[in-house]
Parts: sequence; C-alpha cells; structure tokens
Amino acid sequence: LVFTEEDKYGLYSNLLFKYFLAEGVVCGHHLFVASAKDHPDNILKELPAPLLDDTHRNELGEEATAVKSEDFQDSMKIAWRYQNLPKIEASPTTSTKFGHYYDVSKTMSPELSQSTKWHSFYLPEELSSQPKMKTCNMNSAYARLLHSIQRIIYQEGFDGSDPQKKQKTILRIGIQSLGSMLWGDDICSNDTPEDIHSLTKFLYVLRGLLRKSLSACIITVPAHLIQNKAIMERVTNLSDTVVGLESFIGSERETNPLYKDYHGLVHVHQIPRLNSLICDVSDTKDLAFRLKRKLFTIERLHLPPDLSDTVSRASKQDLAESAKLLSSGCGAMAIGKKHLDF
Amino acid sequence: QGKFTLLRDTRTDGSFLVHHFLSFYLRAGCKVCFVALLQSFSHYNIVAQKLGVSLTAAKERGQLVFLEGLKSCLDLLFGEEEEQSGQPSPLQFMSESASNLKALFDFVRTSLTPTGSDSWKGPVLLVDDLSVLLSLGATPVAVLDFIHYCRVAVCSQLKGNIVVLVHSNEDSEDEENELVVNSLCHHSDLILWVEGLATGFCKDVHGQIKIIRRVSLELTAEQDHIQIYQYKIQDKNVTFFARGLSAAVL
Repeated sequence: LVFTEEDKYGLYSNLLFKYFLAEGVVCGHHLFVASAKDHPDNILKELPAPLLDDTHRNELGEEATAVKSEDFQDSMKIAWRYQNLPKIEASPTTSTKFGHYYDVSKTMSPELSQSTKWHSFYLPEELSSQPKMKTCNMNSAYARLLHSIQRIIYQEGFDGSDPQKKQKTILRIGIQSLGSMLWGDDICSNDTPEDIHSLTKFLYVLRGLLRKSLSACIITVPAHLIQNKAIMERVTNLSDTVVGLESFIGSERETNPLYKDYHGLVHVHQIPRLNSLICDVSDTKDLAFRLKRKLFTIERLHLPPDLSDTVSRASKQDLAESAKLLSSGCGAMAIGKKHLDF
Repeated sequence: QGKFTLLRDTRTDGSFLVHHFLSFYLRAGCKVCFVALLQSFSHYNIVAQKLGVSLTAAKERGQLVFLEGLKSCLDLLFGEEEEQSGQPSPLQFMSESASNLKALFDFVRTSLTPTGSDSWKGPVLLVDDLSVLLSLGATPVAVLDFIHYCRVAVCSQLKGNIVVLVHSNEDSEDEENELVVNSLCHHSDLILWVEGLATGFCKDVHGQIKIIRRVSLELTAEQDHIQIYQYKIQDKNVTFFARGLSAAVL
C-alpha cells in the first residue's frame, strides 16, 4: 500500500490510489470474482466522476481534490509536507502474482471496469439519508462510512460469518482524503480541534474490520494540513503501513540538481510487522518516484555524481541535507535522530 | 511478585518484548490476563507458536484470558442493541462521554481473581499497548487511574505482576502520551526501554535495550541500576549482546 502524499496538490497520491484500485480490477479479472474495487485508470487530471469507482472510494474527495489542484496551481503554497497515511491489511488470500503495470496515459476500457463488482460511498448522498446508528462519539460521517463498510463486508460474506456466502476474493477498500474538512472533521483547519479522537477511533474500528475480514485498504490523508501533530503520531501507531509522498512541485527541490530526474520522494515510515517478530525490511530506504509519460515508477534515489569543478558551498550543503534525509529509516526498525557527520 | 514492569519503546517497535513476556508467563504456569488492544488474536497466536506456546490451548484450559480490543470494539459499535446478560463491554468508555475505564478494570479484576478450582501460580496482567487507550478517547488521568487500580488489585492484593507496553518519543508532540509515560516511569519497578540506534538503521543490530531496575524506590539510598544491551531480532528468537559486540562485528 503506498500512500501517496502529494505535497499539496494531490496529483501523485491520486495516481497511487488509482493504481491500487486498478490492480483490484485487473486481478479480479483474472483471478477472482472481484468484489474488489477498481479503479480508473486514469487520466491524471481528469478526476471526476466518470472514473469508475471501487468499493468504497469516496468520490466526493476525488472531485474535491480535482478542484483543488486547479485552484492551487495559482494560489499560494504552504510549505510542502506530506499527505499520508495508508493502512492496509493484507489478507491471507491475496494473489501471489505481484501486481501489474499500468499505462497512465490511457484509461481502462469500460468493459473491463464494468465487469468488476464495486460499491461506493459518496458522502453527500449518504448524508441525506438519516438512519439512526451508534456512533461511539465519533464524527457522523466516519460512523456512516464504517457502518457502510461493515454492511458490505457482512452482506458479501467477506468475514466468513455466513457459511453460505463463501467469498473467494478480497475487498479492496480505498478511502480518499480522510480527515479533510469534507468529512466534517476539523483537524485540518484547527490547532485544537473539537474532537481529536474521531479519526483515531475510526482507524481503530476500521482496523478491527480489516482484521476480521478478507479486505485490504488504502487511505489517503492530507497530513500536511493537520495541525496537531499528536494525531499523526497516534495514527501512525494505529496503522500497518505508513508511507508519505513528497513531491517536488513548488518546493526548492524542484530546481535542485540532485533531484532533477525525479518528481518526488517516497518516505516509508512504517511497514507491517504481522504474525512474526520481525518485519521484512528492504535494504534501501531512499526511494524517489518519477512520472514519465506512461509510467509511474518508484526507484532508489541515486544522487548524481558531484562533477562540479568548483566546490560550491551551497550544493555541498544540500548534499549533506539530503543525505541526512536519506538516513532516516522506517519506524518499524530503528531510526536515529542524530546523523554522524563525516 | 507484585512487580510493575514498564516496556517502553522509542522510534522502534518493542512488541517483541510483549510476545516474550506472554510466552514466559504462560510457560511458568501463571494465570495471564492479556489486554491486547493493538493486534488480533491470531497475530499473537502465530508468534507465540513460534516461541513454543499455544495460546488457544492456554485459553481453553483457562490459563489465559484474552481481551481482543479490536473485536470488542466492533461488537460495541455494530453489535445488537441488547446486551448479553448484563456484561458491559470492557471498552464501553468509547461510547460514553465520561471517559472512565472502570469497565475495563472490572474485566481485569474478575478475570484474575482466583476461583476455587484454579491452581495457577500468581496472576499476571499484560497490556499491549496503553497508548492506544488515549487514541480511543480516554483522558490521561483516566488511564493513570486505571493503572493505579490495577496495581492495587493485582500487585498488592493478589501479589501478581503487571507488564505494560507504551510508546514514547523524545520530541513527541503528543503531550498526553508523554504525561502517561513519564508518570508510569516513576512508578515502575523495572523499566525495559527499547530504542532505535542513535546512528540510524542497521541490519545487524536492530536496536538497544536499556534495563533500569528501580532500586531507588526501595529507599536504600542506592541509584537505579542501568544496563544497556543491543539486540537483533530473528524469526524465533532475539539475541542480546553487549554494545558494539554484535555478531557482525566479531
């Protein structure tokens, strides 16, 4: 689950989100009777409704982000931070085929996407219906989303509770821009939000649902807007995998020669440690992504060789600073806060 | 007997210690009440099997009382209206506005109070992990009260042990969490503090563990004993070694 964060524009995070969903469709097609979601292949900029949805993707968030990207191109920018927070529960029956490649310049054919079974949750529509439900003091939008997810899991038999409805596939859940104001939560706009616990309670219950059923979930959250950092720490604790995307758009790194080949960095903050004492840590922690015309790739960050004749202080400092970033590892293993200078 | 052990982790994951204590106490024949808030039962079960203990068997013979937080929470939110036979859910504080962990404490106390037919050695309360209670809406004072009540019940009255895991971070912005952790540190008899290496990620040494025996609490004018080791986690085992002497170096 790669969570994308887009520094502020949500472009790349949407892309990853779509990849997750598309993977669901494709797998569904070949291997399962997909009840998973799918997703639009995608036209990058064209985010609105025609994109197909997946099980539980919040279309509202998608449209809003589309609108935001247009707006933000011209408006002032905030210091880049990242939008992150993915949470995923890999079920034991996920396909062993490791993924597919997608061509980002084309959209998935309608026959393919229509053949998958999907469910959606679109907040404005849901708000108009008023069934009474238990909320546990949580924000009502989150509570509705949870009830909706739980109902689908139960009805479609993903939790194994009904022996008649044996499911052979998994449910891919994608939730976009959780925590943003569109969900009625003010953690993104207020330093001391009214209800700090809604998001964390939501995540806890969602985690319970995922653990109990055959599902996997990706969530994107505009973390750069959340003022109260304590929430981010708690949320990291409650998730299995946390990845942040930091894009170079609009930051000084865009013109930094060190990063000229890439469009952004990928920060892996946490990887799941499930069912064993240790987790599978890759050798490298420094990942960067780039978006070519057809392909979105994530690769190891290579610093270009320092070929300048003049030893300029500025670039050396940048090098040291990026090296400092490179040494930060993911949370499941040790992270050092001091950096040994050589 | 009657000891309160605090497991604390910073910038890394200390849950391997929880697995260790769980299998250790089960093997020693103690009655264990495990409040597992963060992961599902099958996760702990699978790891415990690697360490040589079967949680399902322990549950069946009554040695282990397992509270699976995730499941209780789902029952609370999605369960039917009628409650089963007057047993309130231990996680009831989530749906009430008064954040009071009394129901959780009652659950712990009833599960560890020895019944006539029990033949287990001392009771043990294991909590993984306490910081989650703050995320679910409990105030820090309520959490500290809960721990206090548990200490009275388990450590003093029943002469059992308590082991609690908390997360902390040096430059954390989560003040409530830091408050709870600092307070617990002052009251613990033994602190096992797991930290990431200051120099960053290393494949062979996963971190360091500081063992602090709070001898100063015994009013004998001695300082706390502190020992520091480094460790590496493997699939079924964790190896400890003195600083700088990992297998990769020797």
